[in-house]
Amino acid sequence: MKRTIALAAAALMGTTALAHAEGVVNLYNWGNYTSPELLERFTEETGITVNVTDFDSNDTALARIRQGGHGFDIVVPSDTYIQTWITEGLLQPLDPEIVTARDNIEPVFVDVPFDPGREYTVPWAWGTTGVIVDTSVFDGDINDAGLILNPPAELQGRINVIPEMSDVMALAIYYHGGERCTTDRDVLRAVRDTLLEAKPHWLALDYGAVDSYVAGDFAAGLYWNGASMRVRLQNDSFAYGYPVTGYPLWMDNAAVLADAPNRDNAMQFINFILRPENAALISNFARYSNGITGSIEYMDDVMRDAPEIDVPAELAAAGRWGQACPQDVNDIHTQIWTEVLQ
Amino acid sequence: MRAPLFRGHGWKWLLCAPALTVLLLAASGPLLIVLVYSFLSPGNMGGVVWEFSTEGWFRVFFRRDIFEPDLVTWNQAHLAVFWRSIWLSLQTTLICAFLGFPTAWFIATRPPSTRTVWLFLITIPFWTNLLIRTFAIQEVIRNNGTINTVLMRLGVIDSPIQMMFTDFAVLLGMAYVFLPLMVLPLYAAMEKMDFRLVEAGYDLYASRLMVLWHVILPQVKPGFIAGSILVFIPAIGAYVTPRVLGGGRTMMLGNLIALQFGQGRNWPLGAALAMLMLVVVVGALVLYLRAVNRMEGARRG
Repeated sequence: MKRTIALAAAALMGTTALAHAEGVVNLYNWGNYTSPELLERFTEETGITVNVTDFDSNDTALARIRQGGHGFDIVVPSDTYIQTWITEGLLQPLDPEIVTARDNIEPVFVDVPFDPGREYTVPWAWGTTGVIVDTSVFDGDINDAGLILNPPAELQGRINVIPEMSDVMALAIYYHGGERCTTDRDVLRAVRDTLLEAKPHWLALDYGAVDSYVAGDFAAGLYWNGASMRVRLQNDSFAYGYPVTGYPLWMDNAAVLADAPNRDNAMQFINFILRPENAALISNFARYSNGITGSIEYMDDVMRDAPEIDVPAELAAAGRWGQACPQDVNDIHTQIWTEVLQ
Repeated sequence: MRAPLFRGHGWKWLLCAPALTVLLLAASGPLLIVLVYSFLSPGNMGGVVWEFSTEGWFRVFFRRDIFEPDLVTWNQAHLAVFWRSIWLSLQTTLICAFLGFPTAWFIATRPPSTRTVWLFLITIPFWTNLLIRTFAIQEVIRNNGTINTVLMRLGVIDSPIQMMFTDFAVLLGMAYVFLPLMVLPLYAAMEKMDFRLVEAGYDLYASRLMVLWHVILPQVKPGFIAGSILVFIPAIGAYVTPRVLGGGRTMMLGNLIALQFGQGRNWPLGAALAMLMLVVVVGALVLYLRAVNRMEGARRG
């Protein structure tokens, strides 16, 4: 009897030892965002296995890591959340001894407001939130937020808007000439009125599978550039517009958690995705740019000259980085949003 | 005084202790946390700050005008969501009762040997994940889905009927998902029913409708009540179905609460809303218990 218990205990210790073995790194990332090929190559090169766990929103990820006891090494939050992660001490600075390829980050993405000098994070993928339009239904200028916020007759009742409060609010605030976290009451009032008037013309507020557009459920929408590209590849009457009044830019960034159990492996993984040929795998899978110099050469042909990925020069300036607004401003946004969704 | 008590029944409590501990910790613990959270202040980017505040509860019912803080009115937005949740749940319950009754009747009137098979068939959908079942409904009613494709091929309609993203879609989805929860208690009630009373009714020249109304319905009433509770309670908290089939265009309570814990980043308000939903559910249960007690009383009297 004693022997059995001892054996069982040994077996149990064996399995726990396995979980903490040297060859593991635990990645906590958005769902359907991690290229399996990337992980295979990393394992081939380093012998380290990558375990991926999905999250579905920044808030979920933040809440779970705050609780502790998660066992993850790497997390991939969006730009607007990075400052919160850093100030709360949830991330650790990148180790310059292991993460040596930081120079590969495109210069415009190094001194970003959310992590100046890239001390904690490296780019995973970035993109824009713009307007997708079925040009067989509407053939006017598509670089216009008004298509969503004050829709023309042919698009009314056929619009889908992603249910992302921050994107919708940003689009509407820029439309009325405000700054992202403005406290200007006149602007916010105009934003609320515009949204309340626009909403009856929206068919859905859905993350909207690509196939809903392809199949013609929606004729226009507020959507992400990479997803819009997937729509166009299956139905070429769709085009992606960049609202001239301003549209949100976003970037998801990989960082090592402060209490990462496999810190060195995590740093190695961070360094690995900084190499252009590896970053290109991320882009090929998720259909978003990655912010690494030279990776475009390794991307699929459809990515290279896609109008959704390659922002037209004259519209690039209208893209604006997101910002985590102060609690009182966010509170107003939530109230407007609730009123819109009621 | 204590010793005899202990020798008598006290030790039984000791045996119950593990179960009681689990119940207390696992059932009341999280609930207490939610209750406490509803009286705190929202933290930065989610979470709570340990400062007492009734703002969360205040905001459930009232709203300060965003632009004129002194102007306080009823919170129409929240009330609309509340009303929609209750109304859609009631409708779901009615639809389930309407469809569940003939289904249960059909099963209960089969020979005993085949009843198990029918019951088994009723429970099959439970083996599939709720989300999958909801997506299945979506495939049926979407613009290029089964119904629209068939109708268009047959030439009945020219352009697809918009069914997705409407209250109808939410109702259909919820009724489909919750129907078995109504059928099973109805069947249980019918199985116990005394069919000799039905025969007696006919012998006394009652019409079919009269037998249904005066003989059958009173006997299966407990099944209706139990089924209604089983359908109504999960329906009022439904999250996935309104999210997928309603297209997120119109919120139900579950979605409103999720918004506060997610993008809204107002946990105390979310916690207060969750507690309020609990009150609604408990209210429904109290009504149920009263109804049952009244019936028992009537039977005895």
